[in-house]
Order: sequence, then C-alpha cells, then structure tokens
Amino acid sequence: MNPFQPVGKAVLGFLEATGKLALFTFMAVSHCVRPPFYYRLLLRQMIDIGYYSLPVVGMTTLFAGMALGLQTYAGFSRFSAEDAIAKVVALGITRELGPVLAGLMVAGRIGAAMAAELGTMRVTEQIDALDTLSTNPFKYLIAPRIIAGLTMLPLLVFVGDIIGIFGGYIVSVYKLGFNPGVYISQTFKVLEFIDVFSGLVKAGVFGFIVTLMGCYNGYNSQGGAQGVGAATTNAVVSASILILIFNYVITELFLTA
Amino acid sequence: MTTPKIKLKDVHKGFGDKVVLDGVDLEVAPGESLVIIGGSGSGKSVTLKCILGLLTPDSGQIEVDGEPIVGIGRAERERINSKFGMLFQGAALFDSLPVWENVAFGLIQGERMDRAQAKEIALEKLAAVGLEADVGELWPAELSGGMQKRVGLARAIATEPEIIFFDEPTTGLDPIMGDIINDLIVKCVRELGATALSITHDMASARKISDHIAMLYKGKIIWIGKTEEIDSSGEPHVDQFIHGRAEGPIQMELRRL
Repeated sequence: MNPFQPVGKAVLGFLEATGKLALFTFMAVSHCVRPPFYYRLLLRQMIDIGYYSLPVVGMTTLFAGMALGLQTYAGFSRFSAEDAIAKVVALGITRELGPVLAGLMVAGRIGAAMAAELGTMRVTEQIDALDTLSTNPFKYLIAPRIIAGLTMLPLLVFVGDIIGIFGGYIVSVYKLGFNPGVYISQTFKVLEFIDVFSGLVKAGVFGFIVTLMGCYNGYNSQGGAQGVGAATTNAVVSASILILIFNYVITELFLTA
Repeated sequence: MTTPKIKLKDVHKGFGDKVVLDGVDLEVAPGESLVIIGGSGSGKSVTLKCILGLLTPDSGQIEVDGEPIVGIGRAERERINSKFGMLFQGAALFDSLPVWENVAFGLIQGERMDRAQAKEIALEKLAAVGLEADVGELWPAELSGGMQKRVGLARAIATEPEIIFFDEPTTGLDPIMGDIINDLIVKCVRELGATALSITHDMASARKISDHIAMLYKGKIIWIGKTEEIDSSGEPHVDQFIHGRAEGPIQMELRRL
C-alpha cells in the first residue's frame, strides 16, 4: 500500500468537511437576512437561549468573579497591590471570562440540544417532511436559531458581566474587608466602553458559532441514535474549540486596533 | 395522448461506487395509482426521494406535468412541491407541534392561511381519516403507530395535492390497521382525484391500493403492468417476489465483499 494514501485521504477529507461547512454557513447566513421570517419560532429560540440560560450563565460568572477576586488578592497582596482587585475583576470579567465562560456554558446547553433536536428530526425524516411541505428547513429551523444565538448571547453576557463583577465585590467586601464604596468607584473608573464592547462582540461571535455548529452537526447527522449522539458531541466539542480560537483572534484584533 | 403526471427518463443515481438506480424509466398517468414493488435495497426509496427533490439524480430527467424538475432552483422546487403530498414511512410528524398543527402545517406555512381557518380544515381532514377532534390537541408522541400513520395521511391530503406519495404505508402496522390504512388511502386518493405513487414490499397493500404495479430490481424497472395482470406476468423475478419465495432468480445479497 502507498504510504501517502492515508495522508492524502485525511487532507481530502478535511478539505471536504471545510467546504461543506463553508457552504452551510453561507446558506444559513443568506437565509437569515432574506424573508420570509418565522417570528414565532425566533421568539421561542430567543427565550430558550436568552432567558433559560440565565441561571447557568449567572451562576458561572458569579463564582468566576468570586474566585477571580480571591486569586487576585492572593497574587497582588504579595507586592501590596490589593487595591487593584476591583480593576482586575472588572477587566477580567468583561473582556475575557464573561464571554468565554458564557459561550462555553451555552455551547453545552444550547449547542447540544440543537444538534440532538435537529439530528432526531433528520433521522426521523422530519426535515424531509418540511421540504415536501414547501417549507425551507434553513428558514424554518436554522435561521431562527442562528439569529437568536447572535442576538441573545451579548445580552446574556452583559447580565453575566454585572453578576461577575458583583461576585468580586462580595468576596472583596465581605471576606477581604474592602470598602464597598471604593470598590464600586474603582470599578467604574477603570472600565472603558471598549472593554465591555469587545466582550459583547465576542459574545455575538460565540453565539453564532454555538448555534451554527449545533445546526450544522444536527442537520447533517445520519444513522439513527448513534449518529445523533455523535452529532451532539461534535457540536459541543467543535463549538468549544472554535470559541477559544476566536476568543484569541478577537482579543488580538481589539488590542492592535 | 395526455402528458404523464410524472415521468422518469433514464434516471441514474449512485452513492460512492454503489449504483442504486441504473436507468429507471417510468410514467404515471393523471389519476392513476401506481405502486412500485421491490425488495429492500432495490432503490424504491431513492426513486421517491429523487422525485421529491430530496436527492438529485446523477443523470437522466424527471418531469412533473411535462416540466423538467432536475436541477431547478429552490423557488421552482417549492412551487412543484406544493403539488405534492407525502406520507412518510415513520409518519415523520413534527413532535414539537400538536397534532392539528401538523396536519395544518402545509396550509399555514405553505399557503399562508390564517391559523383558525387552517385548524378547521385540519380537523376536517382528521375526521376524514377517522380521528376525533380531541386527537388534534394531543402531541404526536402520545399516539400509537397506527394513529400516527393516520395523522400523516391527514397531513399529506390537507393541501389537496395533485400527487400523493406513499412510502411503505403499511410497514410496522398490524394486518388489520394496515388494511384500514389501505382503505383510507384508496378513499382519499379517489375523493381528491389525485395521482398516487407508492412504494411498498407488502403485496396485500400493493394489490389493494394500485391500479398499476411496477417492479424495481437492481436499479431498473423490470416489469410494469395492470394490477390484475401481475399473477400472469410471466416474469420469474415478479413471480418469486409476489409469492415471497426464498428460491428463485432474485438472490438476496446477504453479504457483500
């Protein structure tokens, strides 16, 4: 057997998958911006992503903010810079932890559910049934999910930012004995528009990634229960990795800009 | 001579190096009920999916009312599909919607009908397949297999299509429920004056719902004729199939190497 054969096969497979995903993304986006729109379905997805993810995202950012407060104290007290805690927490949460943690949690909660739901619809021929009923699955199933992800995640992250900063506040004031007024004023003094804005841009991109990967893997799943399971795993894993990659890319873009 | 409702000309379709359809030629006249019989893997489902536009043939042409439909755009496809009704093998009901909305789906989404009016028609169609109005409020998961098939039939006839497709309508049902579904199919097709194309391997069902039968074997139509002539076809493959004999010219490919 030719030793280059497996290499070539892997490269071709990768190119094919990339092309398929690119085509899917193009189709999905083009259907997001062209009528008809299914407002009822969009509203349902927005509630599911925005409202029902709130407890998960709130808990995550609250404890992340608290831990960040403690760790900053542990590190910064070594060179008597304890009063930087408020600034580190505010910047760390808004620029980095808020969007990334919310993105990852939503990937687990929403991306997995979307892949499983669309995957089941695919293997039980429900997606074929949509086609025969003159309804475009891209418009009916995929566009509402992607628009909801794109718009709801920034809102979620904005709320998560506030809760995360509040987590740092709780630890600093009640455990480390900081002055509440000083903590709050320092938070507002350090925060600039770009800090929050860059975090919200990240959130929008992550929302797009999570819903796109959920829809892509679910829509293309095949082969019964096992296929749906694989689609769900792929949706979460690929969304998580892409979130971390794009997080770096966006951070770099905002730093150099 | 009238234009055939559906016409397949030398349709080929393969997956990888496996040839599934190897030059299928078929005509279905208006108002006719044609059943395609054939063993598992003979290409029945693929034929149906090619006509519905869920799969694209590798070569050959398919015409509906004289219009070629291979390679047409999305909008044209939706217009053609609005002539179609389809009963899927597993019913393929949308499990996120109550029964009545499933039946009314083509009216609400496809024809943009007002919901209240669509519900009225949906309940009429449910009554036509022998289901009470209160079934309309249930969810598909709460129904038995036979009831799901009935709802699927109601959905297929709700938009009063010109052509109805039936994919293994009796598979998975007990013989009595199977016969009830057969009776309903005959009644609904006759009342609508529709053209029907079915695929099945259930000979009792095929004899009951068809006026013509075609047999698909190894990707080709090997026999086509009137239903009452099938017992005197003189074609050994057909004889073996309709009598369900293990011995004969058709050798089941149990294992491919």
